[in-house]
Formats: sequence, structure tokens, C-alpha cells
Amino acid sequence: MTPATTAKVITLTIDDREVGAREDQTILQIARENGIRIPTLCFLEGLSPAGACRLCLVEIIGTGRVLPACTTYAAEGMKVRTTSEALEAHRRTVLELLFAEGNHVCAVCVSNGNCELQDLATKLGVDHITLPYLNPVHAVDASHPRFILDPNRCVLCARCVRVCDEIEGAHTWDIMGRGIDARIIADLNQPWGEAASCTSCGKCVQVCPTGALVEKGRAVAEMKKRHALPQLITRNKEHAS
Amino acid sequence: MSAPAKPAPLTNEEKRWRLVEVVMRRYGFSGDALIEALHAVQETYGFIDEESMRKVAVALNLPLSKVYGVATFYHFFHLKPKGRHTCVVCMGTACYIKGADAIMQKLAAEFGIKDGETTPDDHLSVMTARCVGSCGLAPAIVLDQQVLGHIGPDQIVQHIKELES
Repeated sequence: MTPATTAKVITLTIDDREVGAREDQTILQIARENGIRIPTLCFLEGLSPAGACRLCLVEIIGTGRVLPACTTYAAEGMKVRTTSEALEAHRRTVLELLFAEGNHVCAVCVSNGNCELQDLATKLGVDHITLPYLNPVHAVDASHPRFILDPNRCVLCARCVRVCDEIEGAHTWDIMGRGIDARIIADLNQPWGEAASCTSCGKCVQVCPTGALVEKGRAVAEMKKRHALPQLITRNKEHAS
Repeated sequence: MSAPAKPAPLTNEEKRWRLVEVVMRRYGFSGDALIEALHAVQETYGFIDEESMRKVAVALNLPLSKVYGVATFYHFFHLKPKGRHTCVVCMGTACYIKGADAIMQKLAAEFGIKDGETTPDDHLSVMTARCVGSCGLAPAIVLDQQVLGHIGPDQIVQHIKELES
């Protein structure tokens, strides 16, 4: 049974197509319902939107602004463009920045072939990086008995933070620092294995889009993940009703 | 019958923690008041140590990682003890153009410390600020809460050397 919603029904235009929607829906939700693809990285169905990766930026015609589709609510008469030369260039730059500020070496990565960052680069045609690599030095944390955190491959999408907080309820992960110094931490910036709040449920590993959080004992390209966790699907249905 | 034993007098540490508790209580131990609680810790102890972060997290019912994340997000919070004197160099646009970089270099050369560091003898801490709101005085520094403007690297070093240890 679907309870009656009080949200107003509105009409907006996405890529010259008139679509109907509720005003409590985000542009991304509406676009997906109507089969319009917008690339995303930090967004994951069932988790609260973060608006962190800026890959889902869309143009709101008339405002002269680009806004993230995952956190922007639709409005009556809104005209949205999801793809243009400027947006494509923008998304490629976002990806280039992600590659440049980490150490993403696909050839030796356990997630090679099953990596959302890699997939996006392929889809958006990022075949080389024009920005200088920062080559940061990050220690790998293998203190957990079952999992590994490799900050070199982290894109700070905060999926692990959200799944740990919103689904598991442990909130072991968070992000410390800001800007280029931002990093994923467990509890008080402790080795993962010593973080008392961790329940070792492994949801963070499954939702991580890259090889930053992986299971131990996997060789190159062996780490396949289940992004559609049952808990996320249930939650998403509850949310939609 | 003997009178009930008097409660043991509070230790200094307990008294200090009371100051933080007062602030947390004022906000009803709400998690939203994390920043105020961290301010209180820093005001009371001079910096925010791990023990305090644990206690604040328990008192406000917040995850440890969140407390740590907030404490490291804001430049104002310090996780290490500061020196007896602090020199905040303004890095705002006006001060930067007027040579804030040269000031930092001079301080590094003279005292061997960079942004956020403290001399080994705990005499001086050097920090930077994005803007102290005194652009007309550029380049400006804040030496022990006192704003000094129109000041060159050599004068600053002289001022610092004149401070009592």
C-alpha cells in the first residue's frame, strides 16, 4: 500500500523532454525514472545524498549555474540540461582531479575491472591526465583481520561513512581534516583493527566504489563488490513510499 | 553513629573537566553543541587531547570519528599543546601581497618552525590565519592576542625575542 503523499506534482523539462514529478524528488531521481543517465560517483541508492563528487552537475537553464543533480530538488517549470560540452569538460576535469590527487594504479589494483572510478573514466573518455600528479604518500591500513583500507585509492565519496552511520549504525568511519589533507579515519584516527566501534560487518567494503576498502586475500582484479546491499534496497523502498 | 563520610575533594583534573561540563550542560548535552564543547575543552586545557575527545563523545553521545573529524576540520582547534607564546601570521590576500610569505620564511629560518609547529622548548607556536580582518594593517600578525600591523619580518623576530620566556 502506498500512503498518500502531500508533495505537489510538478512538470519540468530535462534535456528538452517534459517530465512529471513530485516536488520532493531530486533531479537525479527524476532523470533516472525517465531513463536519462547522469553520471554519479558518491551517490548510492539507499544512502543519503552527499553532493561530494560533483560528477552529477547539471545546468539549470536561466540561472546560469550548475548544481549537483543528487541534492537539487525539482521545481515547477525548471529547465535542466544534463549534458553539454561544458558539462562534459567539467566532469572530465573532476575525474582528472581525482586521479591526480590519489595513487590510482589500475594495473596493480584488486578492483581493476570492477571499479566505478575506472568505469567513469572509460565512459567519459578520460584517457590521459593533463594535471600534474600529486603522488601523495599514504600508509595502507591492514590492521583489520578481514579488510584493508588503502587511502591511496580513496576518492572521499563518503559512501563508507554514510553506510556505517545510516545502515549499520556504528559510525566507525568519518572524514578528518579538510581540502587536500582530508582523509578517511576510523574512530580517533586509529588503526582500523583497533577501532572498538567497528562491527566488522563489511558494508563499507561493499559500497566503496574503488579499491580503497577491500577484502583481504584478493589478487589483482579479484575484488568484486555488491553495491546493491539488501539493506540499501529495503531502505530505498521505505524512503520512496 | 558516625556522620557519613565526606565526599573526597575534587582533584584539579575533575575541577577542570567541570568547566567543560558546564558548557555541555548549558546546551542540554546536545550533539549539535559539539563545537561549543570543543571550544570549552581548548579554553580549559589549551588544546584538545584524545582523552577529552573520548569524554566529549560519550557525554554528547556522538561517534568518536565524528568528534575527531570536527576537531581536525577547523584550523582553530589544536590537537597538540601550544607554546607559551603564539604568533598568528595573517595569510589573507592583503597580507599575502604585502609579504606574509617572507614573514613565514623568516620565522622558519629564525626559530626553525613552520605553520602549526611549536619550538622544542615550548616557547613559541607559529600559526597562520586566512584573514584576521585587519587588512588595512597589512602585513599583520597576532602576537599573544595582540594585533601588530605594518610590520616587517625583522621587527617581528625582535618582538618575539623581547617576550619573556
